[in-house]
Amino acid sequence: MIRLENIAWSAGQFKLENLSLTVPKNCYAVLMGKTGSGKTSLVEILCGLRLLTAGKVWIGEDDVTYALPGERGIGYVPQDGALFPTMTVREQLAFAPRLQKRPLKEIEALVKRLADELGIAGLLDRLPQKLSGGERQRVALGRALAAKPKVLLLDEPLSALDEEMRDEVAQLLKRVRREHGLTALHITHSKQEALQLADVVFRLENGQVSETTLDSLN
Amino acid sequence: MVTSLYLFFLLAMLVATASYSTPGDLWKTLNSPEIRYSIGLSLATCTTTALLSLLVAVPIGYLLSRANFRGKELVDSLIDIPIVLPPMVMGLCLLIFFQSPLGRFLEQGITFTYTVAGVVLAQFVIGSAFAIRTMRGTFDHLSARPEEVAMTLGCTRGQAVWLVTLPAARRGMFAAASVAWARSLGEFGPILVFAGATRMKTEVLPTTVWLELSVGNLEASVAVSILMVLMALVVLVAIRLAGERV
Repeated sequence: MIRLENIAWSAGQFKLENLSLTVPKNCYAVLMGKTGSGKTSLVEILCGLRLLTAGKVWIGEDDVTYALPGERGIGYVPQDGALFPTMTVREQLAFAPRLQKRPLKEIEALVKRLADELGIAGLLDRLPQKLSGGERQRVALGRALAAKPKVLLLDEPLSALDEEMRDEVAQLLKRVRREHGLTALHITHSKQEALQLADVVFRLENGQVSETTLDSLN
Repeated sequence: MVTSLYLFFLLAMLVATASYSTPGDLWKTLNSPEIRYSIGLSLATCTTTALLSLLVAVPIGYLLSRANFRGKELVDSLIDIPIVLPPMVMGLCLLIFFQSPLGRFLEQGITFTYTVAGVVLAQFVIGSAFAIRTMRGTFDHLSARPEEVAMTLGCTRGQAVWLVTLPAARRGMFAAASVAWARSLGEFGPILVFAGATRMKTEVLPTTVWLELSVGNLEASVAVSILMVLMALVVLVAIRLAGERV
């Protein structure tokens, strides 16, 4: 579950005030909104990268309002993947488990399993510069999953991909979300993505979030 | 046309200087004990300065690039002081500072005035300002997003910088150290004022050029100048190969 309770945040002239949002457990939620409506800021607040001036943030049963980003149990996949520029795919996947000081054999097995699951087993020794857009997003997803998060936060993960690749990665996201039993919040401005992926759709407008129906998107 | 003329002028100067000396003169000059000492001291002090400059340039460049704080513009401007002030004035400022109570207190630990440590300090004051500018540019060009993702995966800010940002900034770090090194190699004014020009003690290559010129030994000053041009070219090529613009 993801819950924002009456949060407030501001940066310069831009403000989010008294904003609340609940994504039920094991639900794939899509958050839509125009460019500049604050979608990315909302994800960054959930990640703990932006400090709130008021309100509470819950991930699962935990109040993580004051928790560090790494203590929140989140898997964050930004728009361009934001892969670590000097690390191979293998090192990216092993990054979080290494920080968690898991045994080496367990890390190797996890990297292999994720690489097979995401179809990137042949790319393990490549650097990010040698990957296509779709491959980058798969690696970013794998890197997030390797941390064993409770929720997935996906900030426009398909927007930089061509149509064919977008479809493929969308199917992958759906499958991964289901198989890992995760709650997901997916940011997009594409109706097509919402229709394809969403169990529930939210709209962010004028600093407020409201639930909307899939039918209203057609 | 303008580019061709400009390049022609630069090359003509270098060729004229190079043709003033023969390889024999060059070899003879470079083998004299004073000049060998000066070469050794230049290499040692420039390398020390480059490493020290990097130590301050990385955190300050990072802070200026990533952090927003009150007075940032002022800090940014103050860092440029050594770049815009005449080098001789920087030397004078150093000399006067070390006559102040704080300076005298510091000199109870290490003596800077008219010593090799003073050579390094005079080079550092100017070289580090250039290194900070280079590092800031490097961090400006690196997205902060991977660092933030690393934090969501369990890193502290420090770990994220160490594991993700600094490896990505390694070419910039090499360029910053090289710029500080090259800048220090050509430093003359502040060293002359603050560390002096004592043979076999605080004499670095630019000091040698000046000392040799002042006694009318043009061949020796030309030979040392050619050596400095070659060193500067090596550094410039190394920076370009590292892929950084400074």
